Amino acid sequence: MPDVLQKNPENTAAAPAAAAPEKARSLWGDAVATLLRSPVFLISGLLILLLLTVAFWPGLFTSMSPYDCDLAHSRQGSAPGHPFGFDVQGCDVYARTLYGAKASVEVGVFVTAGVFLLGGLLGMLAGFFGGWWDSLLSRITDIFFGIPIVLGGLVILSVIKANTVWPVIGFMIAFGWPPIARVARGSVITVKQQDFVQAAKALGAGNGRIMLRHIVPNAVAPVIVVSTIALGTYISLEATLSFLGVGLQPPTVSWGQDISTAAAQYRNAPHMLLWPAGALSLTVLSFIMLGEAVRGALDPKQR
Amino acid sequence: MGRYVIRRLLQMVPVFLGTTFLIFAMVHVLGDPVAAMFGDRTPDPATAAAIRHDLGLDLPLWQQYLNYLGDIVQGDFGKAFNGQPVTELMGTAFPVTLKLTLVAIVFEAVIGVALGMISGLRPGGFADNGALAFTLLIISVPTFVTGYLLQYLLGVKWGVINVSVSSETGIGELLIPGLVVAGVSLAYVTRLTRTSVAENMRTDYLRTAVAKGLPRRRVVGVHLMRNSLIPVVTFVGADIGSLMAGAIITERIFNIHGVGFQLYNGVLRQNVQTVVGFVTVLVLVFLLANLLVDLLYAVLDPRIRYA
Repeated sequence: MPDVLQKNPENTAAAPAAAAPEKARSLWGDAVATLLRSPVFLISGLLILLLLTVAFWPGLFTSMSPYDCDLAHSRQGSAPGHPFGFDVQGCDVYARTLYGAKASVEVGVFVTAGVFLLGGLLGMLAGFFGGWWDSLLSRITDIFFGIPIVLGGLVILSVIKANTVWPVIGFMIAFGWPPIARVARGSVITVKQQDFVQAAKALGAGNGRIMLRHIVPNAVAPVIVVSTIALGTYISLEATLSFLGVGLQPPTVSWGQDISTAAAQYRNAPHMLLWPAGALSLTVLSFIMLGEAVRGALDPKQR
Repeated sequence: MGRYVIRRLLQMVPVFLGTTFLIFAMVHVLGDPVAAMFGDRTPDPATAAAIRHDLGLDLPLWQQYLNYLGDIVQGDFGKAFNGQPVTELMGTAFPVTLKLTLVAIVFEAVIGVALGMISGLRPGGFADNGALAFTLLIISVPTFVTGYLLQYLLGVKWGVINVSVSSETGIGELLIPGLVVAGVSLAYVTRLTRTSVAENMRTDYLRTAVAKGLPRRRVVGVHLMRNSLIPVVTFVGADIGSLMAGAIITERIFNIHGVGFQLYNGVLRQNVQTVVGFVTVLVLVFLLANLLVDLLYAVLDPRIRYA
């Protein structure tokens, strides 16, 4: 290092200042720095910010209500003040598309959080303790992998009908945790064999302390990556279930439902289908892009 | 090899039992099949009890499950509400979905591997970035949106395909639905192939193959392909089961009377026997496909030998 500095004397002033924070950075600090330089992250981040704003304060963007419908306007195209036209019931498609964001965001965020906690916890216990606990959990994951999730949703949610998002969220957590648990298990097993865990054990740390202080911080990165990418697919799954008629129920406004009702009549009025479908696709796209950017930042092999 | 297959078959038993019991319990606990038979009307309690007794529904759940297992071992999957044996429904539905799945797998394997090879051979190139954007788009747009979009553009606007598939369901009619079913998996296959090819490009054996003057076709076609396709084969194999189930949505859009159609109707009408029977077969297909994939490993990768 001093060699290099001597060869480039004009850099002497700048180099130590630049090098110092570089050295002190942890994996997380490094990841944040990489993310802030990634255009994919910035674009998807902006889109998601916009989406969140729409989801929490749809009134900022429209003064119309998604329930204010007039059958006289049924299936009409765009009109002054109604840029996206009207749907079958004569409701404003623009307002319904904006108000539909809330359900998607709620489902995506809560399912991801639930799956992250449940899958992460079960996967960590399996990876850490091994033995029969691990075999049991692996078999349970196999069983859940055998049942396609759309099919499970069709069976369970066709019976539980509620006007809230919670049954859908609960079902998706119950059926969505196994892939996350697999990733967490693998990650914990890798970390468990490292020297610092052995050292902590030798110093007499208990299982709880080893797990919380040593394993979790070092094993959590892959789980975060998989969960972030999965967020987009959860939103897509919710729309699929709503499309099949077993997901969110009216009066909750959701893109999946609007697409489902529009699909029956889209030959005469494709605009009813295109706007909610476009909004849904853009949302899923931004979350998947965010996940990819996070993976790029957290996985050193990808750089 | 023989012992390995037997061990794997034995390992499948608990998973098969667990999955079928789970779906059996879900269908039974959540809905009363006898009430469903009467539709919206309330059945006479005595009649309902008699039907329940006839069907063995008054027994505890585990006993019902054992009876069911005993029946299916003898090839009896019970009857749908209209008295039609479930096996008969399967006989008409499974060939259709099998055709659809095969079309999807061919698309997935051919287009996915080709795109993945092209982008993996020149990482960072124009084709690579194009393929990356394309796969991202495919993964993001939900299947039912892609389905309706293609149906609208090709079927309604340009009239290239029929909007709904006829009852003969020829392969030609299934091309576009098959492409829709394949969609997301196709994108994953592309990405998987790309990563795998790009990784293997840097290996010693590939450098040796190039250095000893082998023609490029042989280097890529034999040395690179064979090693890069191992993870792809796993993915495609494991995907067969989910493709068949994923057909629920596509079959609904294109009006194809396959497994997804029967399952959807079965669930809506709480036709317990149909749902449980179809899912049982789907689970078997899924498990056997996974076994086949593991056996294919040994063919593709000489380092793997099953004792």
